[in-house]
Amino acid sequence: MTTTARAPRRPDTHAPAPAARGSAGRRRASPAALAGAGALVVVGAVASMFVGAADLTPADLLAARSLDDRAVQLVLVSRGPRLLALLLAGSAMGVAGLLMMHLTRNRFVSPSTAGTVEWAQMGLLVATISLGSTSVVGKMLVAVVFALLGTALFLRLLRSLVLADALVVPLVGLMLGAVVSGVTTAVAYRADLLQTLGQWTAGDLSGVIAGRYELLWLVLAATALAWWHADRFTVAGLGEDTAVSLGVDHGAVVRLGLVVVAVVSAVVVVVVGAIPFLGLVVPNLVTLLLGDDLRRALPATAVAGAAFVLACDVVGRVMIHPYEIPVGTVAGVVGGVLFLAVLLHARRRGLGS
Amino acid sequence: MISVRDVCASHPGGGRVLHDVTLDVEAGAVTALIGPNGAGKSTLLAVMARLLEPEQGQVLLDGRDVRRTPGAETARRLAVLRQDTSLAVRLTVRELVALGRFPHSAGRLTDVDRELVARAVEDVDLVDLADRRLDRLSGGQRQRAHLAMALCQISGGDGSEDDGGGYLLLDEPLAALDLKHSVRVMRLLRRRARERGLTVVVVVHDVNFAAAHADRVVAMADGRVVRSGPTADVITGPVLAALYGTEVTVHELDGQRFAAYHA
Repeated sequence: MTTTARAPRRPDTHAPAPAARGSAGRRRASPAALAGAGALVVVGAVASMFVGAADLTPADLLAARSLDDRAVQLVLVSRGPRLLALLLAGSAMGVAGLLMMHLTRNRFVSPSTAGTVEWAQMGLLVATISLGSTSVVGKMLVAVVFALLGTALFLRLLRSLVLADALVVPLVGLMLGAVVSGVTTAVAYRADLLQTLGQWTAGDLSGVIAGRYELLWLVLAATALAWWHADRFTVAGLGEDTAVSLGVDHGAVVRLGLVVVAVVSAVVVVVVGAIPFLGLVVPNLVTLLLGDDLRRALPATAVAGAAFVLACDVVGRVMIHPYEIPVGTVAGVVGGVLFLAVLLHARRRGLGS
Repeated sequence: MISVRDVCASHPGGGRVLHDVTLDVEAGAVTALIGPNGAGKSTLLAVMARLLEPEQGQVLLDGRDVRRTPGAETARRLAVLRQDTSLAVRLTVRELVALGRFPHSAGRLTDVDRELVARAVEDVDLVDLADRRLDRLSGGQRQRAHLAMALCQISGGDGSEDDGGGYLLLDEPLAALDLKHSVRVMRLLRRRARERGLTVVVVVHDVNFAAAHADRVVAMADGRVVRSGPTADVITGPVLAALYGTEVTVHELDGQRFAAYHA
């Protein structure tokens, strides 16, 4: 059989895929298809720059004579940074979810169902209280440490518990996250920081302007690092025994994954806030289509994650124009529906697959 | 040669499973591990494959302690197939088998690698299903896919043509296979051992497969090796009866030994 089978465009997400079909060509995503999807996101992204409270058309930009022109400034200070922020955050959170899925070998584990996000929020609060109004970088570092330790604790917990059902794993994570989040909220209430906490819990892009998003370039570096080691994560996804017998240092892969996930979660929480379901739904849909070979699934997840946030953002900005619904709220609704669809699909196919 | 020296091992959180096991596995031969449930066969295999750290003793691969050899180096020569292949990852058969080349090519497959992958898929009779995902295969087909991955892992050293040698440790590889594929797999292992000097250690449930295909048999009970030697010395009525604690008679038919224990 040749491997040059052409990929059909955009196969149906919910195709029941009966066993009778030799599904050879169906999920062969060529680099061209990926580039095409990426180009589509870029076009959508550029178009999204002309949606917003202040009127801006491509013609305004073309008519601009200097950098100080209002239209140019709008793009440089507000629309551009906002767009970059959502693309970076979306792709990185998608990839973080994909890594968590492989490290735990459970399709329902993501930074938001493992407590990672909640730990990062607690770290931010602790940093704000103890360090006062330090730089964002300082806060972020504390948040990374909290996210790292909290997620490591979750993984440790998983090793010592014998869990019969795949769904119990994210439940444990959700409970852990709820406890952490409860403590954080109580402390924030005492310290009169509930409003500040709100920034980190509800994903919102409206406050993202030049000078407030640059930290997000860090998550690009983290994502690139994960991509570079994609094969190792694929092997780790086959389980510790298989990884060891293939000569892969399983512990090292887990530590690398933890660092990537913690950095991505903490930075996204501090700049944008939590975006619900993103890390859960996007990797699930992508691996459903493309499989668990991360060399292929990881870049696709990054593109799909960016597309997901972009779509949610545009919807949020158009629906009650000229006001906007925070991206986190839209993502909660859209992601929730998609997640239900994934769950039902898994049920039909038998859990764990 | 694999040398097991005074190995004691326990299940994680459980009691001791292996007691002072010392064993030399002959190179270039098929060695079958037999014995009743709970005899420690799988645990011994896991220790040999460095998947389980022994509490005491060591495992030497060609004279070198596997615990002190870099993991990737061992992985190029020693492959293991364990029982839990029920895992349904979303990889195609070909993708899974290609991961067997990971110790050699770290994910960047060469033409030689691709050739070896194709050959391994053919060896286990999965050519027609090569692009099917594992979560859409039956248990037996999945088992064969994992076997192909293990075969692929130890084929050909460093991308060159087969340089012989290599170690393949298999824990009940026939468990989910039908008769045709069981025979096919055992023949394949024998051929590899004879032609390319592959050393095979295989845990088998059915002593008749051991009788028909193994060069040597190691009988284990209660975490100890009770008997080890050429197949003809171990597959005998008295030895098997004592080993399994049930009546077994061994018949010879066309120069082939058969253990009868169903009656």
